Amino acid sequence: MIIGLDVGGTHTDVALLGDEGLVREIKVPTDPSDLFHTILTGLEKITEGISPGEIHRAVLSTTLTTNAIVQGKTPPVGMIVSGGPGIDPEHFRTNEHYFPVSGSIDHRGREVEPVDADEVRNAAVTLQKQGIRNVGIVGKFSSRNPDHELKIHDMISTSFGKMFMGHQISGNLNFPRRIATTYLNATVHSIHKNFFEAVKRSLEEKGLSVPIHILKADGGTMSFDSSIDFPGQSILSGPAASVMGAIAFAPDGEDCLVLDIGGTTTDIALLINRVPVLEPMGIRLGKYKTLIRSLKTRSIGIGGDSLIRVKGRELEIGPDRMGPAMAYGGPSPTPTDAFFVLGKGKEGDKARSLQGIASVAAALDMTPEAAATKILDQTCQNILAEAQEMTDRINSKPVYTVHELQEGYQVRPKTILVLGGPAPHFARRLEELSGMRVGVVPRWHVANAIGAALARTTCEVTLFADTQQEIAASPEENFREMVDRHFSKEKAVKKAYELLRKKVLQTGGSTDDLDMEITEALEFNMVQGFHTTGRNIRVKVQVKPGLIYETDAVAEKLLAGI
Amino acid sequence: MKQAPLPLPDCRAGAGAGVEIMLTAKYKTGLVFFPAFDWAISPTHPEREERLLYTQDQVIEEGLFDIEGITEFKPDLVTPQDIERVHFCVPDVWGVTTESHLISAGGAKTIGMAVLEEKIEKGFALVRPPGHHAMRMVHGARGFCNINIEAIMIEFLRAEYGIDRVAIVDTDCHHGDGTQDIYWHDPDTLFISIHQDGRTLYPGSGFINETGGPNASGTTVNIPLPPMTSEEGFIHAIKHMVLPILDEFEPDIVINSAGQDNHYTDPITHMNFSAQGYAELTNLLRADIAVLEGGYSIEGALPYVNVGIILAMAGLDYSRVREPRYDPDRIRQTPDITAYIEKLGKKVLEFWGQREKIKSQLRGTKEFVERTRNIFYDTDNIIEKQKETIRVCDDCAGAIRMDSSADRGAHILGLHVPIKACRKCKEVARQWYESGRKDAFDMVFLQDRTEDKYERSER
Ligand SMILES: [Zn+2]
Ligand SMILES: [Zn+2]
Repeated sequence: MIIGLDVGGTHTDVALLGDEGLVREIKVPTDPSDLFHTILTGLEKITEGISPGEIHRAVLSTTLTTNAIVQGKTPPVGMIVSGGPGIDPEHFRTNEHYFPVSGSIDHRGREVEPVDADEVRNAAVTLQKQGIRNVGIVGKFSSRNPDHELKIHDMISTSFGKMFMGHQISGNLNFPRRIATTYLNATVHSIHKNFFEAVKRSLEEKGLSVPIHILKADGGTMSFDSSIDFPGQSILSGPAASVMGAIAFAPDGEDCLVLDIGGTTTDIALLINRVPVLEPMGIRLGKYKTLIRSLKTRSIGIGGDSLIRVKGRELEIGPDRMGPAMAYGGPSPTPTDAFFVLGKGKEGDKARSLQGIASVAAALDMTPEAAATKILDQTCQNILAEAQEMTDRINSKPVYTVHELQEGYQVRPKTILVLGGPAPHFARRLEELSGMRVGVVPRWHVANAIGAALARTTCEVTLFADTQQEIAASPEENFREMVDRHFSKEKAVKKAYELLRKKVLQTGGSTDDLDMEITEALEFNMVQGFHTTGRNIRVKVQVKPGLIYETDAVAEKLLAGI
Repeated sequence: MKQAPLPLPDCRAGAGAGVEIMLTAKYKTGLVFFPAFDWAISPTHPEREERLLYTQDQVIEEGLFDIEGITEFKPDLVTPQDIERVHFCVPDVWGVTTESHLISAGGAKTIGMAVLEEKIEKGFALVRPPGHHAMRMVHGARGFCNINIEAIMIEFLRAEYGIDRVAIVDTDCHHGDGTQDIYWHDPDTLFISIHQDGRTLYPGSGFINETGGPNASGTTVNIPLPPMTSEEGFIHAIKHMVLPILDEFEPDIVINSAGQDNHYTDPITHMNFSAQGYAELTNLLRADIAVLEGGYSIEGALPYVNVGIILAMAGLDYSRVREPRYDPDRIRQTPDITAYIEKLGKKVLEFWGQREKIKSQLRGTKEFVERTRNIFYDTDNIIEKQKETIRVCDDCAGAIRMDSSADRGAHILGLHVPIKACRKCKEVARQWYESGRKDAFDMVFLQDRTEDKYERSER
C-alpha cells in the first residue's frame, strides 16, 4: 500500500491506497508552527491498524521548505559566484554572504579567464569568520563546463559543511537562475534534512519504517535520500499534488484544464494528453526565479471563501479572505454563502448566509437569489477568464524553428476537471458558461493526497556534445567522455537515455514506469571559413510527469466509488 | 493543495546587505528571437542554422528574458499583401520567399506593432534571414536577402497605424542598398547607412553623393567608413553626422537596421568595431526599433554584441559586456582614419545642407527623370537590367515606373503609386499600367499605396 500526504494551509490530507483502491482517507488540521507534529499525526492515523509491512512507500508533499524561504527563516549560507563579463553578478545577489569572484567560461565551455585562488580563499576566510557552514558555488556557463566550480570547491571544501555546485543542480542555461536555485538548495538543506530525519526516526520508533519519498513541483517524486542533495526541489509541490490527483481522470488524447478550487485561491493547470504542461525555465518563488522544474500553474485569488464586496454597483470577489463562509461562522459573505442561498449548501447555517448575501443584494438592488446567482456566475467567469489567459500564454510561447512555428501545437482544452472543497458546487455552472465538459475529480477533497501517492519519479538529463572539441558531457550527471567526429545526434540521445535510466533508479524510481521522451534534440554543423569543423549537439530527455503503473486499476476503482 | 497565502519574500538580499538588486529595464523592451534553427541558404553558407545558436546561449545564460521589463514575443507571419506593399515579386511572392522569410519579416512586424500599441517602448527583432539588400523589384536573393524586412514592417505600420515620418539608420557593415532603393524617392523616409566603403566591400555602393531621387533629395544619407574603423570612428559618425540629421528631420519613429558585421572578428568584412561600441552606439541612437541584419562572427561577436544591444536598448548597464580577450588597444583606429572620418563628416553634413539645391539640379526642367541600372543578384546569380522613371512632383513622392528584365528571361513592368500620391501622379501611374498591359511585358504590377491595393497581370 502507498500513503500520500499533502500539507495544506488549513488541513493536511492523507490517503492510503492499495490494490483495492482508496483504503482510507483522513484530514488533520495543519499546525503551521509544528509541521512535524502535523505530519506524524497524519501518518499515524492513516496507518492505524494496518500492518507496517504492507506499506511500501509514503509520498509527502509539504510546505516546509517553501514556508521557510517565504518567511525568511532559513539559516545563513555562503555564496561564491564567478561571473566574468556580462551583467554585474551583484544584481543577482541572493543573500548577505555573497562573494563574486573572477573567472570566466564561454558559451562553448572554454575557459576565458581562470579563477583567482586568492580571491576564493579570502572569501572563504570571511565566510568562516562569519560562522557559515554551507556554501553554494556557481559559475557562468558551468552547465557547459563545471571546471571552475569544481576548482573552487576543491580549494575550500575542507573548511565547510555541505557544498552545492550550480552544475549539479540543473543542466540548463541561465546564470541568475542557477545562482538563485543553488542558494535555495543550500539554505533549505539543513531544515529539510533535519525535519525528514526526525520524521523517519519517529516513524521507526513506532515500528513504521516506510521508505519516504518527497513530491516535487514538477509532479514527480524523489526518494528522501536523493532529496538531501536537491532539497530545493521540494518547494511549491502543493499545486502539483492536486494536478497529479486529477490526471487519472483526464481524457486520453486531448487537452484538459485542471482547476483546484480552494477557500482562498484557485490553481489552474493544463494537461495535454494526460501529461501536465511544465514551466519552460523553472518555478518562481517570490523574488527567486529558479531552474527548479515545475508544472505550469496559475494561482488566482478567488475561491469558496473569497470576500465579496460591492463597490459602486460592481461586485468584487476576492482576492482576500476574511474567514470561512458566514454559514460556518465567518464574518462576511462569500461564494460559499451564495451556494447556501441557492439551496446547495449542507450542514451550515443557511440563515446567516442569507443575511450576508441579502446585504450584498441590497447594495446591488436585487433579490438575494439573483445576487447569489450573480456571485456564482462572476466567480466562474473570473476563473474561466484566467484559464483562457493561461492557455493563450502557453500558445504564444516563442519557438525557434520554422517547423515548430508552422506545426506548433495549439492547446485547446475541451474538458475541465475540478477538485478542491467547493468543487462540486461550481461544476455545473462552469460547464454552462464554458461550453466545455466539466468533471469533478472523484474523492475531490483528498485528490491531492491521492495524487502525491500515485506520482512517479521524474527527472531530466541534458547532454551536449562538441565534436570539434571532441567531448560529450552532462555535467549535472558528472559525465564527460571523449568522442570522435562521427558522434551524432542519435548517439547523443542514446547516451542521454542511458544516463536518465540510471538517474531514475538512483532517485527512487523503478524501471516499471520509465516513460521517457526527448524534449530537445538539436544538431548543428559548426563551420569556419566555409569548412565544417564539427558538430554541436544538444539533447534533453526526461521522464514525463505521470502516475505509476498500478494507477489505472486504482483510478477505475475510484471512479466506481470504491 | 493550496497553501495559506504568505507574504512574498523581501525584494532585497538578506537583511543587512542593503543593496537594491532587482534588475528592471528603464525602457520597457520587447524582443522577438527567431533563430530559424532549421533554415540555411546552404550547409556551409554564413547564413545557416547555427548563426544565432551561441547568441541564444548567451542571452539565456545572462538571463535577459527574466529581467523585469523585458518581454519576449512570438513572431507573427507577414501576409502576401504585406510583401506586395513593398516589392514587385517575380513571378510572385511564393516564388521568392520561403516560410523563414515570412517569419523573419513577421518578427519585425510583431515588434513594430508592440511599439505602436505601446506594449513596449523599445523593441528588437533578432531574426534571420536578413533583408536590407532586397530592393523594390525582386527577381531572387541578393546579399543573402530576399525581401526587405524593415521596409515591410514600416509600410505595414504606415498602412495600419498611420505613421508618417520614418528614419532608418542602417549600421550593418554592408551598404543597405535594398533599403536605399526602396526609399530613394520617398521624402518622408530618411535612410542613413553607415558602412564599410563600397570600394572595398559588397555591394560596392553607398557613396556620399548618393542622396536620393529628384523628389527626395537629401533623405538618403550615406556614410562610407574606411576599413579598420574602430569604436571612435563609429561613435563619431553617430554623434556628428547621424544625430544632427535625425534632429533636423524629426521622425515619428527611428528604426535601426542592426547589422553586426562591423565586428573586429567578422569573417567577411574588415572593420574593428566591438560589443562595447555597438552598445554605446545603440545607447546614443535611441532607436525605437532595431532589426537584426548581418553579422557572421557567430561565436566571437554576435553573443556579446546582442547582449550589449539588448541591455543598451533597455537602458541597463552594459559596461561589463565584452568579448573574450577583447583588447581596445589592439583594434584602435589609426590617426589617419580618425582624420579621414572627421573630414567625411563635414562633407556628409554639407550634402545634407545643400539638399534643396541638389534637388533642383536633379530636376532641371524635366517632368520625368530616368535612371538605368544593372543589378546583380549575387546569391541567386541573376543579372537584372532596370530602367526607372519617376514623375517629378512637388505635391507627392511621385509615380514610379520600373521596366525590368532579368537574364532569366522575364520582362516586367512595375508601377508604384506613393502612399500620399497626388491625383496627377495616380493618373499617370494608371495610364502606365493600362498601356503596359497592352505592351510586350510578361507581367505588369501595380502597387497602389493610396488604396493599399496590389494588382498583377500576366500575359
Ligand atoms: Zn552585412
Ligand atoms: Zn505627385
